[in-house]
Amino acid sequence: MKKLHIVALIGIAASLMVILTFVGDLSTYETLASARQKEGKTVTVVTQLDHSMEDPIIYDPARNANLTTFYVVDTLGNKAKVHYYFEKPFDMEKSDRIVLKGKMQNGVFEITRKDGILMKCPSKYKDNPNATYETLTQNVN
Amino acid sequence: MNFVGEHLLPGQIGHFLVILSLVASLVAMIAYFKAATVQNLQEALSWKKLGRIAFAVDAFSITAVFAIIFYLIYNHYFEYYYVYNHSDRSLSVKFLLSSIWEGQEGSFLLWAFWHGVIGLMLMKTAKKWEAPVMTTISFAQALISTMILGIYIFDLKMGNSPFILTRQQFPDAPIFQRPDYVHHIADGNGLNQLLQNYWMVIHPPILFLGFAATIVPFAYAIAGLWKKDFGGWTKVSMPWLLFSTAVLGLGIMLGAIWAYESLSFGGYWAWDPVENASLVPWMIFVAAIHTQLVYNSTGHSLRATYVFYILAYIFIIYSTYLTRSGALQDTSVHAFVDTGTSWQIKAFLWCFVIPPVFLLIRRYKQIPAIQKEENLLSREFWMFIGSLVLFLAGIYIIGATSLPVINTIFGTSLDVGENVEFSYNRVQIFVAILIGLLTAVTQYFKYKDTAKKTFYRKIALPTIISVVIAVCISVFGAVNFVKYGAGFLAAIHLAIFASVYTVVANFSYIWIGFKGNLKVAGASISHVGFGLMLVGILISSSKQEILSMNWVNPLNFGEEAQQKGWENLTLYQGVPFDMGEYWATYTEDSTVDNGRIMYFFVELAKKDGSETFVLKPDVIKNTKGATGYSNNPDSKHYWNRDIFSYVNASDKLMSGEDTATFRKHSAKVGDTLFFMEGYIKLDSVVVNPTTSKKQFGANDTAIQANFSVYTQERKLSIKPIYYLENGQPKKINDTLFSQGLAIGIDKVIDDQTLEVSVKESSRMVPFIALKIIKFPFINVLWIGTFVMLLGFAMSMLYRIRLKK
Repeated sequence: MKKLHIVALIGIAASLMVILTFVGDLSTYETLASARQKEGKTVTVVTQLDHSMEDPIIYDPARNANLTTFYVVDTLGNKAKVHYYFEKPFDMEKSDRIVLKGKMQNGVFEITRKDGILMKCPSKYKDNPNATYETLTQNVN
Repeated sequence: MNFVGEHLLPGQIGHFLVILSLVASLVAMIAYFKAATVQNLQEALSWKKLGRIAFAVDAFSITAVFAIIFYLIYNHYFEYYYVYNHSDRSLSVKFLLSSIWEGQEGSFLLWAFWHGVIGLMLMKTAKKWEAPVMTTISFAQALISTMILGIYIFDLKMGNSPFILTRQQFPDAPIFQRPDYVHHIADGNGLNQLLQNYWMVIHPPILFLGFAATIVPFAYAIAGLWKKDFGGWTKVSMPWLLFSTAVLGLGIMLGAIWAYESLSFGGYWAWDPVENASLVPWMIFVAAIHTQLVYNSTGHSLRATYVFYILAYIFIIYSTYLTRSGALQDTSVHAFVDTGTSWQIKAFLWCFVIPPVFLLIRRYKQIPAIQKEENLLSREFWMFIGSLVLFLAGIYIIGATSLPVINTIFGTSLDVGENVEFSYNRVQIFVAILIGLLTAVTQYFKYKDTAKKTFYRKIALPTIISVVIAVCISVFGAVNFVKYGAGFLAAIHLAIFASVYTVVANFSYIWIGFKGNLKVAGASISHVGFGLMLVGILISSSKQEILSMNWVNPLNFGEEAQQKGWENLTLYQGVPFDMGEYWATYTEDSTVDNGRIMYFFVELAKKDGSETFVLKPDVIKNTKGATGYSNNPDSKHYWNRDIFSYVNASDKLMSGEDTATFRKHSAKVGDTLFFMEGYIKLDSVVVNPTTSKKQFGANDTAIQANFSVYTQERKLSIKPIYYLENGQPKKINDTLFSQGLAIGIDKVIDDQTLEVSVKESSRMVPFIALKIIKFPFINVLWIGTFVMLLGFAMSMLYRIRLKK
């Protein structure tokens, strides 16, 4: 057997191992409803803030700077309460989309990792034509 | 309507120049193609001449477009949408310049600009390779020009023009009812606050220079396949390969420093898809450098070199696709969204996938390869293995990063597991071990064959030294990262050894191998730097410590403590807080720049009194229609660690008024009043109390009510005072900041009963919530980066000199 074949064999074996662990660990995109059915399993859900609530985000840093509670609604209209055990991201109110990664537990979506939420804000790293339109309309002298 | 006061001429010239650049680069491509293919020497020369002129016209046009955009931004011509959308009057010149590359159009322009500069340099230096190499570059240049074209071909949008007018973008905005609207646009939309930072001035131009420069080795490889001169370019292209890899690496690391210093992602690397997308081509280019060196010395590995080059450049374009097409918008904080041109970027990508891969497959068998195998005791064998490991590691990263793309293609809904960082780290730690060991020993092998004895004799001393150092680090360094189990910890220790070994062995090789001749030691120096980077990454990450642990909060006890939040500490102004080896006090804040930036002063005093310093993290008000703030960290730098802090919340940043009001109660001694988190008991009333708040003598009339406050987990006391001064009733309220509770005595109803008022609010006292992280030995990473780039530069200069 050629050395190159041995190397290839080891390489394939290692890659296979890596891929298997990787795949075993993957989470999936779910809706809030299907996340409820998979309670305790890590899932990713695309949501937005539930603006039907008067106060969709509750964060009281003077009491507990490490808990942000907020309410979300997914594309199918399912709603859920979310516990995020970190500070409220500064521009959360403005976000038009929040991608959550965490577990549903006792009806509450629990996020225990800082990077467990990813927000898309109209203004960050991209231009929101609507916001620009607004400023253009207001910012007149 | 006839609008007055618009400056339309520069835009028209600019738009013309964009079209000119597209046409010129197409002409250059065809002319260079002819020059590379016609047999007649005279004819080839005249084609080449035409190619040169056309490419120069293209480079000139792009530069002029750049200058015109700057002119428009500098003069605040807000009738142009790009100017309106990316700048405002308050920006200083350097930020006006960086406004150019805030948008997609400007960053494409930056890329094209560097292509132009590089192309002009190649005309001077590439000699017989000029025509085929420049064909590829002109082709890329034409594609980039289409990205800023901004025309419609039937219904298909071709690029976004930077010269579109604001009134064309929003034709129905009410402001455009007025012919003199230009005088009524008060200000532009501004530059994103996060980007108003000197790194924004430096990082994008360097990163794009790296991106642009990588086309040169790729174009050489394509030329080699095309002209069937398979091995003829591998020496002449070496300086370019080193240059592009070094600059791309520098660009990536500048991004990492920027992220670390001012973007408060909590570190320098987060395995964010955008970071990964530029790291992976870099890794493959590094692999290509090594296989190309192997080929130059032994004739092995030429096929692998071709494969690496073509894939590396495809991944460069792929990273553009990932970040600019909107494919990553659910997984990355950096990615742009689709601006209606994602079809075009996809087409761009396929243009760089199909022809090169087709060419490679067709010519693959013709690429010379040595049938005899590499010797196990040869340098080329281990260099090849190292390149392969690096390549596979890159493929793993890009595979995981591409899940959103895979989902779109196969209709799946997969996502990386909960712990994104660990899903990369647990694989890359083994890559670090392998690469570390290989980088350490490989130089000690000779090409072709090595006498075992000499090898062992030479490597013995560096090995012993490395073992000693690594054992010292492991034993005394308290690297005890048990979060992911003993296996991962063992891997960290192994990786520390491997990277120390890389540093020591390559450093020693400068004397053992090169006899101290630094001119030729570029590679060893790069490897030393790379090893130092690994050491810095391993130690700063595994020993990273969150100092602001909030163990006081009752929610943080119990078995779930580690999972539930505890990273932010709430500091009340003026109250020292116990934080590990420090007392932390939020002392004051100050606002500068018309309220745009707010600094918070946090004093950290060592408990043993040996040191006191002040951290000044700040928050900056957002621009571009976004409300709220962005936080900007501050660090105290030591030679061996950084204390890194940023503010996440403050009463000053909360919107709206404090709406809580005092509620009145009447209370006798022994009475209990309830509040949200517990109850308050009036224990006693003292006449003329001794208190630090005010001096009372025998002639005064003063009373103090002593309350006990019972919450679920503790008992506290609160003591409001009521007194008469010149016959006027006065009161001194007392506040329990930690409970957000204030109590005052309003009046004495009778000698038994007091009227007290109680207020509960979280806004009573100035406070901040901040995070403080310790990064040990982070400087080793920065120094390592510098040393590695220095090594690259030395190798490059050495090889340029060799060519002459």
